[in-house]
Amino acid sequence: MNFRTFAAFVGPSVFMMLLFIAFPLVSVFKQSFYVTQPIYETVEKETCTPGFLTQTCVTELVSQPKLDEHGEIITQTQYVGLQSYRNVLEPERAWRAISDGNWQVLSTINFWKALRFTLTFTLITLPLVVGCGLGIAVLINNAARSIRGPVIFISLLPFIITPVIGVLSINWLFRGDGIMTALIEWWLNRDIALFAQAWTIEILMMLYRVWHVAPFAAIVFYAGLQTVNQDSLESAVIDGATRWQRMKYIVIPHLMPLIIFVSMIHLMDSYRVFEEIVGFSSQGYVISLQWLTFDYLTPDQAGNRSISRASANSMLTMIGVVILLILPLRRTWRDHKGGH
Amino acid sequence: MKLKTILLAGAMSFAAAGAWSDCAFENDVPLKSLSAGFEAWKAVTDAMAECGNFSASLDQEFREKQPEAFAADPALYQIGGVSNATLVPLLNAGTIRPLDDLVEKYGQDLLPNQLIKVDGKTMAIAMMVNAQHLMYRDDVLAELGIEEPKTYADVLAAAAKIKEAGAMDYPIGGTFKTGWNLGQEFVNMYLGEGGQFFGDGNMPAINNEQGVAALETMKAMTEFMDPEYLVSDSTYVQQQFQQGKIAMANLWASRAAAMNDEAESQVVGKVTMAAAPMGSAVPATTIWWDGIVLASNMSDEEADAAFRVALEGMDGDMVSANNDTAVWLSTAYTPGDLAAGAAASAEGGAKAYPASGPMGIMHTSLGNGLADYLTGAKDAQTTLADIEADYITAAKEAGLISN
Repeated sequence: MNFRTFAAFVGPSVFMMLLFIAFPLVSVFKQSFYVTQPIYETVEKETCTPGFLTQTCVTELVSQPKLDEHGEIITQTQYVGLQSYRNVLEPERAWRAISDGNWQVLSTINFWKALRFTLTFTLITLPLVVGCGLGIAVLINNAARSIRGPVIFISLLPFIITPVIGVLSINWLFRGDGIMTALIEWWLNRDIALFAQAWTIEILMMLYRVWHVAPFAAIVFYAGLQTVNQDSLESAVIDGATRWQRMKYIVIPHLMPLIIFVSMIHLMDSYRVFEEIVGFSSQGYVISLQWLTFDYLTPDQAGNRSISRASANSMLTMIGVVILLILPLRRTWRDHKGGH
Repeated sequence: MKLKTILLAGAMSFAAAGAWSDCAFENDVPLKSLSAGFEAWKAVTDAMAECGNFSASLDQEFREKQPEAFAADPALYQIGGVSNATLVPLLNAGTIRPLDDLVEKYGQDLLPNQLIKVDGKTMAIAMMVNAQHLMYRDDVLAELGIEEPKTYADVLAAAAKIKEAGAMDYPIGGTFKTGWNLGQEFVNMYLGEGGQFFGDGNMPAINNEQGVAALETMKAMTEFMDPEYLVSDSTYVQQQFQQGKIAMANLWASRAAAMNDEAESQVVGKVTMAAAPMGSAVPATTIWWDGIVLASNMSDEEADAAFRVALEGMDGDMVSANNDTAVWLSTAYTPGDLAAGAAASAEGGAKAYPASGPMGIMHTSLGNGLADYLTGAKDAQTTLADIEADYITAAKEAGLISN
């Protein structure tokens, strides 16, 4: 392909990526080093609010942002260096907790609490997703041709469901005396509250994520299974290899690039776990890094939001994803080089 | 069957659209409003729509949109629905207009206490008040010979008695959902104990005896609450009441009517509205109001029409038609049993919610930080100290505390 055609094809997508990914990223990166705030003045103000028969009026000193001649709030932007990162990481408190060996204190600092859960969540669901995906793929592959279509359709369903809706349904099934909780209570004959402690919520979240993502892994693996060399499989059967040995020595090595691909996608996705926290309203017990960014960004009722801390936190989240991806990426790189 | 329902619904909406005659004048200026989406706002905006040329956005996340929408020129909405807390960002940004001349022109029917005055200028017109107050099952309490609880000690004693008698496993309900709800519970308790949130220069001042007392009462209550209390919001508590699972809760007055909703409730007529339990100083609750504001960024003609439409929305006809939906501020309002709790709390001296910029941050810090105490991860003093530290970080970033 000559360069002009190539550029014409790639140009729009590069432009879009610059506009919608690179530019916001640079902007967030910059904002994490600056703080923009209104300039406040303290004034005495009388405010009256309705009582039942009369009004109650109070006069008090309030902080009020200064307005310029156009009626806009005057703001100032300051370079604060790593202050926002320090506010998010709280390094002194975290270090004190670590040197005291007091993990409980560490786990009450927002960032570290979120990091702990995010990592646990990512690393536990990863093998489960790959395992379940492989299982489903083999199952589909072995299903009779006549029912293969419906089986694929049904196993794909969880992946089609919108994440927030999926989480909410799990929430309603298990919350309070939801159907599933009632069933378990009846079975175990004791009172159960699944949303009253962190670990049960975490298990539900992981179960949901595996249920939701495994079909994606399955469909990728199923595609890979179609290209397994049938001759090798047949000769393995003649050599007396068991089903498990065929799987271990022929199928899995063949699927390895796909397994790495699925793992990388899953690492990226699950490190940004968010819907589960919102859908389960679990922030009292469990929070994630992405949720923390969201929380910093949400304005309170007086309209304040912490843009700088949100930016710092999202940069930290991105760094986390990159670190997690280094390992599988290195492997792919080696395979890629070895292949030539 | 289904088709019939749809047709019927269609016919009804036509009927509603055709019913402009209820409005005293015909509005020919296109107007829009943005407000919260609960029942009272629905009633008010429906009444406003009767004047024609009006469309309402009812949105529970309105507080995220409102400051930007009102800062636009011309403003994206002419009429805004606010509460005492959500008024603050609009006041700060100067995007709402004083209403004194309009009140003088059209506001003869308004009660004096509907006029929300800031520095002598009327900035908003209140239409209703709301407060959390005690609701209890009089049948359950009467059966066990328990008097109406007046303080939180009474509430806890009553709960212990009910649990002991085996009538209910978890007699108390509470809006303890992490975040805004949980923060609000602390605000109620702390003000009830007579606490002050801030010292000089917006510095936090909650790590004190009153703060600890407030926390201890909250923790004591959780002993009698469903263990999943950290996810329980107003709707959840309302349903617990309706299904007869709890006997007492400090719940919003705007939820009172749901207790007697035959379609949902199994406890119709069995729930009594009483004053919020007393703290050491005043009833442990805060008084809120909801009302309307008008944007600065529109022409005076538009403001004129917007004000008249807004007044139509909260006129006597609307109030009499929706008497039990809220505790209305109107001469047409007849306070029934459902309003008794809010009224008694106010008479007992309950404070207004101390809305301000710093309070917005404090409320968020409280809402996020209190769960650690209730789950037992921290003791009371550490919790309050950490909340203060979190507040200071956020307030510095917002520019409310100088470095």
